[in-house]
Amino acid sequence: MVKRMVEKLGRISIAWSILALVPAMAWASEAMAQAPVPTADGTAWWVWPVVLLVVTFIMGIVAVLGGVGGGVLFVPIISGFFPFHLDFVRGAGLLVALSGALAAGPGLLKANLASLRLALPVAMIAASMAIVGAMVGLALPTHIVQLSLGGTILGIVAIMLTAKKSAVPDVPQADNLSSALRITGIYYEPSSKQDINWKIHRTIPGLLTFIIIGFMAGMFGLGAGWANVPVLNLMMGAPLKISVATSKFLLSITDTSAAWIYLNQGCVIPMMVVPSLIGIMLGSLVGVRILKVAKPTFIRWMVIAILTFAGLKALHKGLSVMGIL
Amino acid sequence: MSEIKREATPEQLLYANILEKGMLVGLGLMFITFALYVLGIMKPVVPTDQIASYWSMPVHDYLVAINANFLHGDTLPTGWSWLKLISRGDFLNFIPIVILSGVTIICYIVIIPGLFARKDNAMGVIAVMTSLILILAASGILTTGGH
Repeated sequence: MVKRMVEKLGRISIAWSILALVPAMAWASEAMAQAPVPTADGTAWWVWPVVLLVVTFIMGIVAVLGGVGGGVLFVPIISGFFPFHLDFVRGAGLLVALSGALAAGPGLLKANLASLRLALPVAMIAASMAIVGAMVGLALPTHIVQLSLGGTILGIVAIMLTAKKSAVPDVPQADNLSSALRITGIYYEPSSKQDINWKIHRTIPGLLTFIIIGFMAGMFGLGAGWANVPVLNLMMGAPLKISVATSKFLLSITDTSAAWIYLNQGCVIPMMVVPSLIGIMLGSLVGVRILKVAKPTFIRWMVIAILTFAGLKALHKGLSVMGIL
Repeated sequence: MSEIKREATPEQLLYANILEKGMLVGLGLMFITFALYVLGIMKPVVPTDQIASYWSMPVHDYLVAINANFLHGDTLPTGWSWLKLISRGDFLNFIPIVILSGVTIICYIVIIPGLFARKDNAMGVIAVMTSLILILAASGILTTGGH
């Protein structure tokens, strides 16, 4: 009886997928054509990918409304509540963050909101360290990574709660390095109807901070927009719009380097990755539409609550394996 | 001067155009390869009804298990060894994933000549170094001990 109900629910989910997109349609056809083979826990094989598609679709909406990247939600939630091993979740998380950055990057570059000159030196450091982070993360025992992930997620929550933003930070004078690299630009600000001439300072401390950010992005597969924006905006003095856009584009480079490490180590299972990418992308498209009419304050608090719960769960998992809890 | 800076630079536009094309090709191809996989048009290495038994394993155990149960190879299927398996539905999906992961490297390589031609040597050197770092990551030379 229960099995029939589960199968029926699975079919309903697949029917939803049919309405959503062509690949999901293909997937559904196969799921219906084959008799479901139960796994060790009795769940039909296609249930988790369908649930993954639905959850990542919702995640895509919430990420846009909450002003966070898909990767930062994906890794803690999927590793906490799905049966996939953390190795595969991190690999998929990086590809989720990478795809989001690839989708947004060209438009942001063409609009001159993402600055290639600002991104290039930052990306060199972040991409190098993301490789190191990915290698360290794959070499460490899973429970240590889980424990560190929990701590990092709670740290991200703290940043989200405390970090201020500055639309156009006051940068009295560009420093020598940014002057030499000509990291500067102009963008049109519609709200004030004027061109904003921007430059940056504290370039060396900013670049050094990306050593840590790149490492963490690679180690946990989180993406790193949560850290990129405060550093570019508050530390280096780039205007908020430039910081957000450059951060999004930057992920396409940082996550590329780490994604290759995970890919080459075999941490990519297409049955996990493809539904995740499709779900997040469709959710983001819907989220952008909802954003035009919704008040995102509540969603932001919801994201903070979800991340706190997921962070504590990751900590609990890590500590349990160590026998502390 | 300000008129020039308000517009995206030529190398920025070039980078954006290649990134956009690569992204569209990668995502479009992903739909096709995934359909071929789940429709069973191309037989996968790991049968779809058995994949759930493997995805909860650590990656090293997973590779050992699928090699022992399906591939029977001398080495584990890591690095670029997936190329030998692209006739199988699941590994076929690595093609769009590799395109999405590789398009940034192409973007870097393409903008480098323009940077040096405009005497933007510092940015040119940074772009060369970053592209080398990305190529190193993609090469599969860098390996981890696993856990």
